Amino acid sequence: MTKSATRDPLIVRWGLTLLALAFLALFLVLPLAAVLVEAFARGWDGYVRALGGDDGFAAIRLTLLVAAIAVPFNIVFGLCASWAIAKFDFRGKSLLVSLIELPFSVSPVISGLVYVLLFGLQGWLGPWLAEHDLRVIFAVPGIVLATVFVTFPFVARELIPLMEEQGREEEEAALTLGASGLATFWLVTLPNVRWGLLYGVLLCNARAMGEFGAVSVVSGHIRGLTNTMPLHVEILYNEYDFVGAFAVASLLAILALVTLAAKTALEWWHRDELVATGH
Amino acid sequence: MIEVEAVSKHFGDFAALDRVSLRVSQGKLVALLGPSGSGKTTLLRILAGLEQPDSGRIRLGGVDATGLGTRDRRVGFVFQHYALFRHMSVAENVAFGLKVRKGADRPPKTEIARRVEELLSLVQLGGLAGRYPSQLSGGQRQRVALARALAVEPRLLLLDEPFGALDAQVRKDLRRWLRNLHDEMGLTGVFVTHDQEEAMEVADEVVVMNKGRIEQIGTPADIYDSPASPFVYRFLGNVNTVPCSVSGGTARVGGLHVGASSMDGGGTAFVRPHDVEILELSPDLPQATIRQVMVLGPLVRVELALPDGTVLESEVTREHKENLALRRGQEVSVFLRKAKVFVGEV
Repeated sequence: MTKSATRDPLIVRWGLTLLALAFLALFLVLPLAAVLVEAFARGWDGYVRALGGDDGFAAIRLTLLVAAIAVPFNIVFGLCASWAIAKFDFRGKSLLVSLIELPFSVSPVISGLVYVLLFGLQGWLGPWLAEHDLRVIFAVPGIVLATVFVTFPFVARELIPLMEEQGREEEEAALTLGASGLATFWLVTLPNVRWGLLYGVLLCNARAMGEFGAVSVVSGHIRGLTNTMPLHVEILYNEYDFVGAFAVASLLAILALVTLAAKTALEWWHRDELVATGH
Repeated sequence: MIEVEAVSKHFGDFAALDRVSLRVSQGKLVALLGPSGSGKTTLLRILAGLEQPDSGRIRLGGVDATGLGTRDRRVGFVFQHYALFRHMSVAENVAFGLKVRKGADRPPKTEIARRVEELLSLVQLGGLAGRYPSQLSGGQRQRVALARALAVEPRLLLLDEPFGALDAQVRKDLRRWLRNLHDEMGLTGVFVTHDQEEAMEVADEVVVMNKGRIEQIGTPADIYDSPASPFVYRFLGNVNTVPCSVSGGTARVGGLHVGASSMDGGGTAFVRPHDVEILELSPDLPQATIRQVMVLGPLVRVELALPDGTVLESEVTREHKENLALRRGQEVSVFLRKAKVFVGEV
């Protein structure tokens, strides 16, 4: 065997690999397994029963609904923001970039509280909303708002560096070839960032379904009405319904695994193209 | 025909173009030559409509195009780094301009496929239609970019540093190839370069730019033989610059006398190395001492010191060097065939 400068001794290589695997097992696989084991502690029937009940299904429905609103909204916003930031020069650009990052640097509890302060009964817009019989806090709109706020940066953060790196030349080339602005976007800009976009959407979706802090503040925990899955897990757990808590939790975990699997499958299908286009 | 009338463009405080006017006749291939920051790329982008001028007008084929958007100008633009669509194959790249046409202007699929095939064989890339840009070499990408620009049948082809990112040999081949292609197709073309050799070899007409202004416009021979300004002299090839004094229509350069303009005063004489003739020592002609002899292929560069210390560079043929047996330290006579004197500060 030839000895190369970048080749570390066997013990180091194996050691590092084992360390990484052990870490992965302890912090990722073990908890996931624990969730599943606990969830199925009373078998399949127990699992379904624990999941079930109108409250359980209502929580699942609400979580999916919130994600279905928050994710598309943030796709549109993320595309607009990163397009504007990467392709144009304007005043206050760096301020906009910092603002987009804000939801990451603020505690989710604060994010939720902000909406209570804005839309709550004692808040700025509270009295006006109450007059018009509109409910935001302790209702679905508040949960959607809080989720959108918390998941704001995911898509934009993924796309901004990508678009900046790609520059404006391809868009300019499309223009000189007679493409309209819209055609340029659909045929050149979007395809160039689609993998970054997919990744951002997956992260955004995972967070939208899993958000606890901000949603907990604005939801009011009304069973069957304003409980999302993460909130439902907490309630069941606090009521010592461990099987129920873990059953809902396992469902959340499975949703996450399914999105991951979907991403991997997409990448596998398009692997030739990914290699050819230099991803 | 392209007409540029008094076009100015500022980026903040920086004047990229300062009242530039230019005419390019139909079918000509013109080089915009200048150092970086001279405004040549800005002018090219304004011609394409990718930048808007602050003032002045652009006319394409006699029609005012100043306010016209890029997509309505029908210009082909080849970018310095090619700007190929990275997620499209070579064939899709070339077809793009035809596919995005609307309604009746859009050729049927079979026609597009035929055009793409035709263009790819024109740029000698027939077998690579299915490749992606990242799988091509620099020279191949350049040719794809060219085919893509030609696909929309532009009335004007604009090329930004078309050979800038290629290595020397590929560059040379592509230059010649572009020149031939231009002659065959008869397109009007403008290309930007900072390489004087490239401009000389490829262009019908060279526009020398400096600091947002045009210094001189002319054929390559014009520009080289009679530069209009000290800048052009320095930018195009090697030149000796020697301080001199002018009086009564004669400039004294060291002990040498050359004809100059009628204005008197201090000035600078510009002498091309190949205009410095070296002769056998003769009492009738000024003398010089050889300081250095360097053989550069077919040419020999000789460094001469005049009696007053002025150093001149001369280029002679190998044959001439052998005949006079030139060597370091030798005393020779010098004759300036041609010099241009600019009076005043240069």
